[in-house]
This record gives sequence, C-alpha cells and structure tokens, in this order.
Amino acid sequence: MELKELTQSSGEWLRGNGPEADIVISSRVRLARNLAEFPFISRATPQDRVQIERILRESIIASQVSADLLYIAVDELQGVDRQLLVERHLISREHAEGQGRRAVAIDKAEKFSLMINEEDHLRIQVMQSGFNLHSVWEQINAIDNAIERKVTYAFHERLGYLTACPTNVGTGMRVSVMMHLPALVITRQIEKVFRSLQKISLAVRGLFGEGSQAMGDFYQISNQITLGRKEDDLVQQVSDIVPVIIDYERQARQFLIKESQENLHDRVSRAYGILRTAQTISSEETMHLLSSVRMGVNLGLIADLQIADINELFIHTQPAHLQKRTGNELGSVDRNIERARYLRQYLSHEDGAQRAEKN
Amino acid sequence: MKCQQCERPATFHITELTGGKPQELHLCEDHARTYLTSSSGGEPTGAGGMAAALAQQVQQMAIGQTAEELARLDQQACPVCGITFYEFRSQGRLGCPHDYVAFQPQLEPLIMNVHGELEHVGKRPHCTPGSSEKRTQLIRMRREMKESVENEKYERATELRDQIRRIETDQAS
Repeated sequence: MELKELTQSSGEWLRGNGPEADIVISSRVRLARNLAEFPFISRATPQDRVQIERILRESIIASQVSADLLYIAVDELQGVDRQLLVERHLISREHAEGQGRRAVAIDKAEKFSLMINEEDHLRIQVMQSGFNLHSVWEQINAIDNAIERKVTYAFHERLGYLTACPTNVGTGMRVSVMMHLPALVITRQIEKVFRSLQKISLAVRGLFGEGSQAMGDFYQISNQITLGRKEDDLVQQVSDIVPVIIDYERQARQFLIKESQENLHDRVSRAYGILRTAQTISSEETMHLLSSVRMGVNLGLIADLQIADINELFIHTQPAHLQKRTGNELGSVDRNIERARYLRQYLSHEDGAQRAEKN
Repeated sequence: MKCQQCERPATFHITELTGGKPQELHLCEDHARTYLTSSSGGEPTGAGGMAAALAQQVQQMAIGQTAEELARLDQQACPVCGITFYEFRSQGRLGCPHDYVAFQPQLEPLIMNVHGELEHVGKRPHCTPGSSEKRTQLIRMRREMKESVENEKYERATELRDQIRRIETDQAS
C-alpha cells in the first residue's frame, strides 16, 4: 500500500457515524509503554534506538494485532509524507519532527497506530468515530496484552508502568474525545466550560494535540491524572463529562436558532458560498468556514451535504494532503489556489450528484 | 540569578512541561505566582499540573535547606543511566526506568502534586519481570560499553559486549 492511497480515503475516526457523531468526532485512547532493558528515549544512543525499534517491530508483527498491518519507517519518509501522517492523526508532530530511528505501525482501516521511539518507546493509540470510549478501551487493552506477551515493559510494583515523563506514570493512559463545539464558541461560553473541566483535572487541547490552536472549533478533552485510578475509572470519568458538554453545545445551538435564526442561517450559507466559489483560500479560513457549514448540516440548514464529507474536507484540505494529491510540492500561495480548486470541485453539485449515485 | 520579568532575584525555577518543548523559567515569587495562576503561561489548555508541581517542590526543598544542599540534590545522578536530577528538571524527561528509584525522594512530592496519588491500581503485566535488577544492569552495561569505546578501552568494551550478549540470549531462551 502506498501512502498516496491514504489521500483517497478517510480514516476510521472521520467516518462521521457512531453515537453522538454530530458533536463528538472521535473517541481515542493511548497507552505509553517502555521496554524494561533500555534507557528512555532522551538517554538512548542511536544503537539503542535501532534495537528498540527492531524488538518492538518483531513483537508487534508476531503478536498479530491486525491482519492488515502497514509498517512505516518514519525516519526514512519525506517531510510531506510525515506531515500527511500527522494530518491523519496517525503520528504526533513530535514523532514527525523527531530524530533517529523511529517507526509507526498502522492497521489499514486506520483504527489504531503504534508509534515506536516517540517520547516513550511505544505509544499505542486506538481511535473510533463517534462517542464510544468503552469499546476503544477494550480494543487497546487487547492490543496491549498481545504485545506484552512478547516483551517486558518497564513496570514498578507501586508506581505502575514507568514513562519518560512522570505526568504519564501509572496507567500510561490518555483517554480523549474530539468534540466540535462551534455554538459554545459563538456564544462565548467555551472558556467557562474549560475552567470547570480544569477543576476536575481534565485537559483541553486543539485539533492536533498539545500546543495546537483550537482550529475549526475542535477541542480534545482528556484526563490529566494517570496514576492511582483504574483504567475503567479513567474511561468513566471522561465518559461522564462528555454528555454534559454535548448538552451545553445543543442548548447553545438551540439558543442561536431561537434568538437569531436568520443570522445563523446567513452565517452558515455565506460560509458554504465562500467555500464553493473562492479562488484562493488559506487553511485557517477553510477550517473556520467548514466549522460553520458542519453545524449548518447538523441543524438541517444545509440539505445537500453529509457530515462524513465535511469531516473528510477538514483533513483533505490540509497542506500535505493537497500536495500528495497533486503530486507536487506547493508553496503556500499555490496551496491556497489548489485548496480553493479542490473545494470548488468537491462541493459543486454535479460532483455531489455523482457521489450520491455512487453511494 | 535575576527574575526574567523584573530586577528582583529569581527564587522560583520552573520547568514548563506542557506544550511543545520544555521551557525553563526563572522568576521572583510575585511573578511566579502570576505565572502559575494565569492558566499556565498562555496555553489555552490549562494543563499547569507539572509546572505548578515543580515550582512548589523547589519551594518545599528551599525550606530548611541551604543552597549547597539544593545544588547537591540537583547534582545527584542515576547510577544506571547517568542523568542528573538537574538534567531532568531542565528537559522534563527522565533518562531510564531506574530514575524512579534513584530520584524517589525528589520525584514523590512531584508525582503527588500531579496525580494526587502514589500507588498504581490499574492493570499489571501478566508476566511480571523476573528480576528488574538484570534489566537495569543491561542499561548500565550498554552505557559503560559506549564509554569504554569513547575512552579507547577496547578490551573492556569487548568484555562488556560479550556479557551483554550472554544476558540477552539467556532472556530470549
């Protein structure tokens, strides 16, 4: 399988179905694991990294976690290919920009990815469309158990799984949901929601994880604490809070409809209009407008688009996806022109009709 | 050292681990308080746990301890991977699994601040490692081998290489 094939499809987490998929884009769990007989990455020599990569590669392949595994040597990839994997959330930015031997194993449906030599020796992540953390936890637990039969993880009797950063020690587990919260942003209630989440030790991040801006009104909500609680309890803590936020977002949407149906309809229609007609458009503006359109589809203000299509557009209009599809390296001016061209083509009605026939 | 934001001496040395790369901050008490209460330095995430914990820890260590004692704690090194506690503070990443044992007195208050607990209650590996001693020994020997090569002590390096191979094949069988 070629990486370029990825640009024709969207991964599991963008399918746009599953429980509460209008607001919860995806559910994700990741586990941080390290091999007991090697130093953590910051002290690992290039030879250590090579050995860690070999041991984990062999163990992952032998544990048969997927019948259709794609194994990629990340350090041998071109920059644009690494960026492509970041845009699809298959590797982190840190992994893409890192140094030395490193790799990722992905199942072809993009339901999980196993990063080798990131901040920890092994980072397992499982993703699923919609709100279903318990199912994701079951899947990742099975993968973790299968690999663990082949290797010895660094584990401390009292502190649990040992990680390079003490913020992950214990379970090594981060449970997160990606939510689309445009109405809370428009009604300026989002800060209030964040403050209350912080009080119960939950973290909020942007679309591409740590340090990234909340582009397109997407927010990742995850646990901060990893030690002293059972995995099930960590899953439950996030699972309990998500319906509350969904409810706030739905109330804010209803408020917008009730108070200013015309304004909201206008905002959504203009956004759709610009996306269908622009000749050059930046990534930021695209995200911003797609966010309005996505809410418009969910509220029935736009009839001829599917949520899955918009989810796909969020990722397919990112820089590396545009460049892989055209097959050329593009500067930002050319990318903006290409992005606008792609959006016009994708959103034009003839094309929409074709896709409808195909489905 | 002066505070990065005013002329007063810096008494708080904060390592910010949230977001991108770790960042070192040297602040006076007032500016440290402002920094730590302002949702962790402008990050929209509000993940101030680790920074606050490290700052509080330095403060705790400062009570009843002289500058020399603080410096001594900072200079303490892990016998397995060789990282000093100071290096951990400035990078925000530990060097090897044994650090959790070697720096236990320094790390425990920090872990307590971040997680509010010190005991893991979640899942455990099905087969717990027979002797963790042997595993950290491997880390130590690989480091010594590298140093021997660097110091041109090739005989010692060869010896170590053979010992490492023996342990590795023992484990595999």
